[in-house]
Amino acid sequence: MRIALEARPEPSRLMAWASPLLAAAATLVAGFMLFSLLGKNPLDAFFVIFIEPVSTRYGVGELLLKASPLMLCALGLAVGYRANVWNIGAEGQLTIGAICGGGLALWLPQLNGAWLLPMMIVAGAAGGTAWAAIPAWLRTRCNANEILTSLMLVYVATLGLSYLVQGPWRDPEGFNFPQSSMFGDNALLPLLLTGTRLNVGFLLALAVIAAGWLFTARTLAGFRMRVAGLAPCAASYAGISAKRTVWIGMLVGGATAGIAGVGEVAGPIGQLLPSVSPGYGFAAIIVAFVGRLHPLGIALASLLMSLLYLGGEAAQIGLGLPSAVTRMFQGMLLFFLLAADVFIGYRLRFRRSPGAGAIPAPAQGPTR
Amino acid sequence: MIEHAITLFALTLAAGTVLVFAALGELVTEKAGVLNLGVEGMMLVGAVAAFIVADQTGHAWLGALAGTLAGAALSLIFAVLTLSLLANQVAAGLALSLFGIGLSAFTGLSHVGHVIDPIAPLALPGLSDLPVIGRLLFAHSPFVYLSLLLFALVQWFLFGTRAGLVLRAIGESPQSAHAIGHKVIAVRYGAVTFGGACAGLGGAYMALAYAPMWTEGMTAGRGWIALALVVFANWKPWRVLAGAYLFGAVTLVQFQAQAMGVDVPSQFLAMLPYAATIIVLALISRDAVAIRRNAPASLGRAFHADD
Repeated sequence: MRIALEARPEPSRLMAWASPLLAAAATLVAGFMLFSLLGKNPLDAFFVIFIEPVSTRYGVGELLLKASPLMLCALGLAVGYRANVWNIGAEGQLTIGAICGGGLALWLPQLNGAWLLPMMIVAGAAGGTAWAAIPAWLRTRCNANEILTSLMLVYVATLGLSYLVQGPWRDPEGFNFPQSSMFGDNALLPLLLTGTRLNVGFLLALAVIAAGWLFTARTLAGFRMRVAGLAPCAASYAGISAKRTVWIGMLVGGATAGIAGVGEVAGPIGQLLPSVSPGYGFAAIIVAFVGRLHPLGIALASLLMSLLYLGGEAAQIGLGLPSAVTRMFQGMLLFFLLAADVFIGYRLRFRRSPGAGAIPAPAQGPTR
Repeated sequence: MIEHAITLFALTLAAGTVLVFAALGELVTEKAGVLNLGVEGMMLVGAVAAFIVADQTGHAWLGALAGTLAGAALSLIFAVLTLSLLANQVAAGLALSLFGIGLSAFTGLSHVGHVIDPIAPLALPGLSDLPVIGRLLFAHSPFVYLSLLLFALVQWFLFGTRAGLVLRAIGESPQSAHAIGHKVIAVRYGAVTFGGACAGLGGAYMALAYAPMWTEGMTAGRGWIALALVVFANWKPWRVLAGAYLFGAVTLVQFQAQAMGVDVPSQFLAMLPYAATIIVLALISRDAVAIRRNAPASLGRAFHADD
């Protein structure tokens, strides 16, 4: 007996939605196995990682708080991915957004928050957009691969932030620590739920999700992006500019990542640090895929990813496991998703291998 | 003056060799039509495996073997996903990088700060002590010679053997190669695994000789630079070699400038390799015709025999 893949006449819609769930389940099973290997009780570990962190009001606030930057970044990336524009530098665009927004907070400490916060968000979005414009320009002008250029720019952005907080923007009263001074209350996003750290940035993320849905489902530009991704040749015959597709795909991703950066420094962090994100920009790539590049799916997937982050922290404290376990599970989740995705376009066929069947093969002649 | 020049030459060679391993491996993978973006992850897993084995057993060369095998093993995940399950190569490669970064950080945590017996530079009695010539030719890390051997091997295999011709044919048109009876998927499995082994060996060289130590994310983007190098090299092995040493030299500028007391913040100097990668990539890619002529035609596309 031989197992083979056979193309389905039409992609399975059921599998398209079931595969993220399958992937999440498989990741869970892999986690169980890993924890057993490490000599931890898997059920205890499961409780510590997935249940305990969200069993309190504060925990739920943290879940939504960490989901916000993921949602923002992933939504922007998905706009590009749908059109085969591979921006993987959201982490860098987020960092530049944090620098621009945070810089404004340091520059105008006296300004009223009603003015300052919107300005910070706009500055962050502009910064992220500008950073994403570099790979977009290099791709449209020089044909340079945007995967590599956008990724290289992550390192440049991180080093830039490190320079700022160790040099010109270092807190003069910060005991020489590489960090800026704390922002005033006027530069911090108002809290949403008492007893938590959840702030209005979450509402902003939801608004962007809604806008993302409107853009893809209800605008001509969104439709063009979809066509460009599904059928590049048809798109070019229909007069859809490939360059415009690249520009929109990159810039939207940069803008939302930039906003996410502001949300971090004006939210839970409250100042500029050498690192303003525990890899949200990279995790957002996975969120975009797990969320099927669909705004609603992305919202759900970012909750799952946020839970992975919380669980990783809890594992560190409660089980003594390194926090890197989070990133391992992030990678695994995407592996399982990609594996499950094959069944959208294909199905398994069990064929009898020649010789194993009941009917004897003719001695001579074609085997098929 | 000559002393200084010789030292710089040796340091450039040492820094470039990390990239030679990873980029030559990726070159072979891409020549077979597969784009594996997981180089960074495979290098890190290679580095951590090499370091752990060297730390535990005390045999650094055993570590190098472990690193090579670990890189190959990790690349098999990618191979199964993209070749057997027809997953998107870009997404699977990204997943491999993210997974490798996490896996290496996770497994290496208890070895951070450990000191191993590194693989020492060559010391041939008589030869290595020769004035100038000795230090130019006979006193590098054994990995440097190994990487040059690998280069010769790849060049010979790809352009001097029948198997290499088949591999390149599969990279150009898997359908045609399949039609005349070549095993597309098997050859691609081989090419991906070879790429993984080379990346793992590059990581092992970093952990056992170049650094020599283990820290989280110690490759610092070299896997991605290696990917850019393959484009820069127009998929030609000798240009991979030239490009790798060029980038090796760029990474050195940082330390040299600091040693000479140039008053530029260290972060800006540290940006140089990344900025150089972007600029070089842009300049090379401008010539779209050359890229199209040299890039394997089926690069990044899945192949299914029944389609």
